[in-house]
Amino acid sequence: MEKENNIALSSAGTSRVRQRKRSNEVIPEPSKPNGGTLLVDDRNKYKSMWIRTYSTVWMIGGFALVVYMGHLYITAMVVVIQIFMAKELFNLLRKAHEDEHLPGFRLLNWHFFFTAMLFVYGRLLSQPLVNSVTPEKFLYQFVSSLIKYQMAICYFLYIAGFMWFILTLKKNMYKYQFRQYAWTHMILIVVFTQSSFTVANIFEGIFWFLLPASLIVINDIFAYVVGFFFGRTPLIKLSPKKTWEGFIGASVTTMISAFVLANILGQFQWLTCPRKDLSTGWLQCDPGPLFKREYYTLPGWISQWFPWKEISILTVQWHALCLGLFASIIAPFGGFFASGFKRAFKIKDFGDSIPGHGGITDRMDCQMVMAVFAYIYHQSFIVREGISVEKILDQVLTKLTFEEQQTLLTKLGQILQDRLGHS
Amino acid sequence: MQKDNSAPSTPTSARARHRRRSNEFPADESKTNGHLLLVNDHNKYRSMWIRACSSLWMLGFFLLVIYLGHLYVLAMVVIIQIFMARELFNLLRKAHEDKHLPGFRLLNWHFYFTAMLFVYGRILSHRLVNTVTSDKIFYRLVSRLIKYQMVICYFSYIAGFMWFILTLKKKMYKYQFGQFAWTHMILIVVFTQSAFTVANIFEGIFWFLLPASLIAVNDVAAYFFGFFFGKTPLIKISPKKTWEGFIGASVATTISAFVLANIYGSFQWLTCPRKDLSTGWLHCDPGPLFKPEYYPLLPWLPSTEIAILPVQWHALWLGLFASIIAPFGGFFASGFKRAFKIKDFGDSIPGHGGLTDRMDCQMVMAVFAYIYHQSFVVPQDYTVETIMSEQPYFGRAANTVYEVRTDIAGENVRTELKFIQMHFEGDCNQNFLWMKGIVLTLFASPVMVGLDYSLRMSPA
Repeated sequence: MEKENNIALSSAGTSRVRQRKRSNEVIPEPSKPNGGTLLVDDRNKYKSMWIRTYSTVWMIGGFALVVYMGHLYITAMVVVIQIFMAKELFNLLRKAHEDEHLPGFRLLNWHFFFTAMLFVYGRLLSQPLVNSVTPEKFLYQFVSSLIKYQMAICYFLYIAGFMWFILTLKKNMYKYQFRQYAWTHMILIVVFTQSSFTVANIFEGIFWFLLPASLIVINDIFAYVVGFFFGRTPLIKLSPKKTWEGFIGASVTTMISAFVLANILGQFQWLTCPRKDLSTGWLQCDPGPLFKREYYTLPGWISQWFPWKEISILTVQWHALCLGLFASIIAPFGGFFASGFKRAFKIKDFGDSIPGHGGITDRMDCQMVMAVFAYIYHQSFIVREGISVEKILDQVLTKLTFEEQQTLLTKLGQILQDRLGHS
Repeated sequence: MQKDNSAPSTPTSARARHRRRSNEFPADESKTNGHLLLVNDHNKYRSMWIRACSSLWMLGFFLLVIYLGHLYVLAMVVIIQIFMARELFNLLRKAHEDKHLPGFRLLNWHFYFTAMLFVYGRILSHRLVNTVTSDKIFYRLVSRLIKYQMVICYFSYIAGFMWFILTLKKKMYKYQFGQFAWTHMILIVVFTQSAFTVANIFEGIFWFLLPASLIAVNDVAAYFFGFFFGKTPLIKISPKKTWEGFIGASVATTISAFVLANIYGSFQWLTCPRKDLSTGWLHCDPGPLFKPEYYPLLPWLPSTEIAILPVQWHALWLGLFASIIAPFGGFFASGFKRAFKIKDFGDSIPGHGGLTDRMDCQMVMAVFAYIYHQSFVVPQDYTVETIMSEQPYFGRAANTVYEVRTDIAGENVRTELKFIQMHFEGDCNQNFLWMKGIVLTLFASPVMVGLDYSLRMSPA
């Protein structure tokens, strides 16, 4: 990290708004016209591209390794990323001299973080956790009672933090403390919403986590590359380095790669099978109608040019097109939001963990919007296709004991009788 | 409201609580804490009379709505919520920045409408399905809405998000981001408590009425104990609260929790849950919680027996929470007002300030009541589960059947059951008029908002 800093500082003074420095202030150059900051005109752009490429390759490599290792490790990675993101954001709007008068205030932030973690992951992982501990009776009872009272436990932890906050209000510091309190809540909402949806996606099948994340990465990379070579027209005042050429080029590339990637990723059972418990072993499952191949014969004129007579398309590739569309058009707004936020509060980067890229939040800003969309899309359009009377009957007959089936039948009969009886 | 204008003509006394036209603190803050205690106020009887009057009106209105039924209580909650959100939205707005940002207020209401759709959609979807209608088109529209509810809400939120980003103006970034964060915080606070309140209502009006009454009793008792006996200040944030008031109110609240639970528990109108959106009379089996058990009052005299409902023991816990922890909601609101130097959240209610001033403790209590109910009351009702748990160990299958509400697998079966129901073409003749009424209420709120907006925009 030292080496890059020295290289950066020793390079001649050029418009290097993106270049990372020790202090986190914006370089004062508002007088230049907008054209002056486009990437095409940078002299040292190749150097910065090399730094960014290097750290990107490392990130992708690390990510691929974790995906290979499995669902639990991905969840752990998400949790670790989340902790670092929260730390960056907590530190952001803190004012050093007020903090001296308020000991224990930072601890309050982490208390709320821990409560939110317990709440969110408790809800998400309760079913897989229960499925994991069924072989052992004692652990099962402990876990199921923990789950039953999970909401009450989290609530009391939150109330304890709330009361602690009120009892530590200091005269003349009320405004600062309330602002920090609101800021803490906003951070926790942003961080936990996206990470909880990410983890929910992971347990539905790594495919539903990997595909959206890859699309965002591809969109970023191609926007950078296309803007590097062809960028002329600025896109939005908030992010002066983004261009329309980069945006449109990246959109097209993202849609195409969504279609192709879904095909590639859909072939691996490791990626497409859902995980019902917290084990780490190999997965086998019936892929379901979404991942079954359909063969389309290509029209005659294509087979003259290319050696393929027919192509196989998985049904999921059409869904991937929708994901690609969202990733290229709407997800960049997460990046604009982060840029606007940095301008509003006059900060340069959220942190400096990643060389060339800024902090972790800088990388995750578009991912957050995408993760939420992927989960909602999955819940609304993909899961619903799986419900049918046969499937439910199958679940009822295989998963419930005989007495439970009888009780279910009685209850269902009662409900239907009520409905018919009223007509 | 006009009557209070005669107040400033009274001689200078420490009238920090007295409502005035402007919302700033009076200049007598420098007086020592002792002067602000209620015992020393000369005009305290006048202010007590005003507060008592408006309290009685609110109580009367509230009782009427309870008598009318679940749907009307729900409507009342929604209306209170709209007014509370409006008060809070107006609070930290700065007038001269707002001129440069047309349409920014509309953005607030857009997010409000999205949150409303999301929260009430989830709560009422279960009940909407049960209210079978003979109007096929309406039924299909509603079932489609429910299926895609999450997507609709998400896209509505994203539209607001994109709108916010596209309207960011140079040099106003900080103000706009501040307002955006403020909007989110308001919506979270307002909707969390109202969502839990509505969920409680449909479990049985008892679970809404009892916590709300306890907070009101606690407030009133604290006021009177402080009025007559208050000497030692309680907390710096609220200089008018005293330890005597606090402790007296705690005792009074706990006792009245016990008594009130007995009184309320005798009415089926209050204790029966409502499974659909009808408004007719309710009959149900009260459940083991509301069956009276007889205890001899004096152990050696078996003839003096009193009937105690098991729910009264639960009510003791609710009373304890209401007297000890719920006042922190009030302290939070007081601290907030001091931090941002505002006197009251609004001036809708004479003698009490704004709507948020009344609801601050209620909010904390509503959430607790729901969580208490879900964690400690509901699991006792399911006798099938208790039977099954006695048998040797069904493993996770034991949880997959029932409405054990804290269990996700049960949730899945219920959801799937719901979809089976939706596939049946019911032809029942229940009045779907009330369902239309609910949908109309949900959609009428933006109309109200639009009216409010246009009224404000007209030069007044």
